[in-house]
Amino acid sequence: MPDAPLTRLSAADLADVMARGDASAVEVTKAHLERIAAVDSTVRAFLHVDVEGALSSAEQVDRRRQAGEPQGPLAGVPIAVKDVMTTRGMPTTCGSRILEGWVPPYDATLVTRLRQAGTVLLGKTNMDEFAMGSSTENSAFGPTGNPWDTSRIPGGSGGGSAASLAAFEAPLAIGTDTGGSIRQPAAVTGTVGVKPTYGGVSRYGLVAFSSSLDQAGPAARTVLDAALLHAVIAGHDPRDSTSIDAPVPDVVAAARAGAAPDGVHGLRVGVVRELGGEGYQPGVEARFAEAVSLLAGLGADVVEVSCPSFGYALPAYYLIAPSECSSNLARFDGMRYGLRVGDDGTRSAEEVMALTRGSGFGAEVKRRIMIGTYALSSGYYHAYYGQAQKVRTLIIRDFDAAFEQVDVLVSPTTPTTAFPMGERVDDPLAMYKADLCTIPANLAGIAAGSFPCGLADEDDLPVGFHVMAPALADDRLYRVGAALESALAGSWGGPLTALVPDLEVFA
Amino acid sequence: MTAITPDEVAHLARLARLDLAKDEQERLAGQLDVILTAVAAVSDVAAADVPPTSHPLPLTNITRPDDVAECLDAAQALAAAPASAEGRYRVPRILDEEV
Repeated sequence: MPDAPLTRLSAADLADVMARGDASAVEVTKAHLERIAAVDSTVRAFLHVDVEGALSSAEQVDRRRQAGEPQGPLAGVPIAVKDVMTTRGMPTTCGSRILEGWVPPYDATLVTRLRQAGTVLLGKTNMDEFAMGSSTENSAFGPTGNPWDTSRIPGGSGGGSAASLAAFEAPLAIGTDTGGSIRQPAAVTGTVGVKPTYGGVSRYGLVAFSSSLDQAGPAARTVLDAALLHAVIAGHDPRDSTSIDAPVPDVVAAARAGAAPDGVHGLRVGVVRELGGEGYQPGVEARFAEAVSLLAGLGADVVEVSCPSFGYALPAYYLIAPSECSSNLARFDGMRYGLRVGDDGTRSAEEVMALTRGSGFGAEVKRRIMIGTYALSSGYYHAYYGQAQKVRTLIIRDFDAAFEQVDVLVSPTTPTTAFPMGERVDDPLAMYKADLCTIPANLAGIAAGSFPCGLADEDDLPVGFHVMAPALADDRLYRVGAALESALAGSWGGPLTALVPDLEVFA
Repeated sequence: MTAITPDEVAHLARLARLDLAKDEQERLAGQLDVILTAVAAVSDVAAADVPPTSHPLPLTNITRPDDVAECLDAAQALAAAPASAEGRYRVPRILDEEV
């Protein structure tokens, strides 16, 4: 560890290094800013880098440390924040032209907590516009490259956050997950990403896409780092009426316990029968099966579980999410903030609104607004939105029945490894299938995470292991993730990101 | 079950306040048709006696005490406005001339 560059260290190790006084927060921050300057023209993970703000918060951490004030476990650790969370003093665009240059007048609760914990906000990461997409190609500001192969997608919608981790630009990142936008990017970049229980992390200041599904969560290169970040951002917030007023499960203790030799001993693990088979890449299925055997070898009780309604989760999602989005995005009307187009003194507010939205939104956002408008219109409401809400009930029932038999459910995170850029942009249905395994958890509001389980044989690209746990049992995800990580790290030489090929560096 | 025409797309776009070019409308007509046909699978399942779920948490009527708290002042609220005048948002006309 001593000779490793600061950017290769985990958040937990960086915190130790700073606590020992071997490096200051300013030095740690500078190392990451330099890394961003060197590789981000290739990766394009960031939409905005806040050099001054980052250095100034690092200085504050160093001053407080010198004054002997108590420090949180992540004080001085740099973090990248998805550009869907409002940040005072930093632009928040959601990857959209309609919000280009908008600087919010308030911080999201999650951002406030990050600042209070002494983490150093490096900047805002790229994403599919308004978090709608599975590849980050829907960003109005251009795509992000996957650090494992920059001609491939880093997943989406939080591709920028995941790529910043795999490119060693940041040890921690914030994502948001409506149908898989934390977990699927984690899977295809070989990183860790957790969608907490719905209501576990405040949505105040998370620009809404689909309010009954959106959930912010932690992303990192190691399981312990993700748990440390989870503990900082989770907990009740009176400013979010859907925030859960209950203690946060001890995810950090679970991450530590899971790494012990008996970490998953006796844990009941259910393999979801419906999430595999046709359409799944052989290398994904092979790594997944090995990880399941590994857990069994560590003493977990593995059984197969059927969730018969999961086949309808994708269609239900692509009605519910667009319906909520068509309503939520009505706020972008060109009146109070953001873009305004065509206000020439003769056009009416309605005409200006339509022109603004027509030119400010990209193709996928328009598609979803149109689907939602259709599904919610009279005459179609019961056949589409109403039926989708019933399917949601059936999915919840499947989970309830499954969690009577097992403690966690597992599947691959995504059916394939990272696909080449451009491959699915004109085929919305093919793009939507990237979220096949992750969507059921959002519909039910349960906790779920993706953990690296190796590289696929056919393309040497990362494969994600998906773990689902009942609402408020987020700790179980970390237990399983840590068990896998500690069993596999030896063969990888560290977390899976130890194997990322070197990126071209610009001095 | 569906066949979305460019005219219907134009109607939906009006409802959604989206100004779409002709070629955009035509492209969307094809794409929406494919997507809506695929998602129509939801009508195959879920019998009439299945209750709908609109939200994953069984929470209702969450309120906070009605206390005055810190909030934005007018200047902060107007700072990002596309146009403002006299301490207010300036918007295009909202009524037709002949009314």
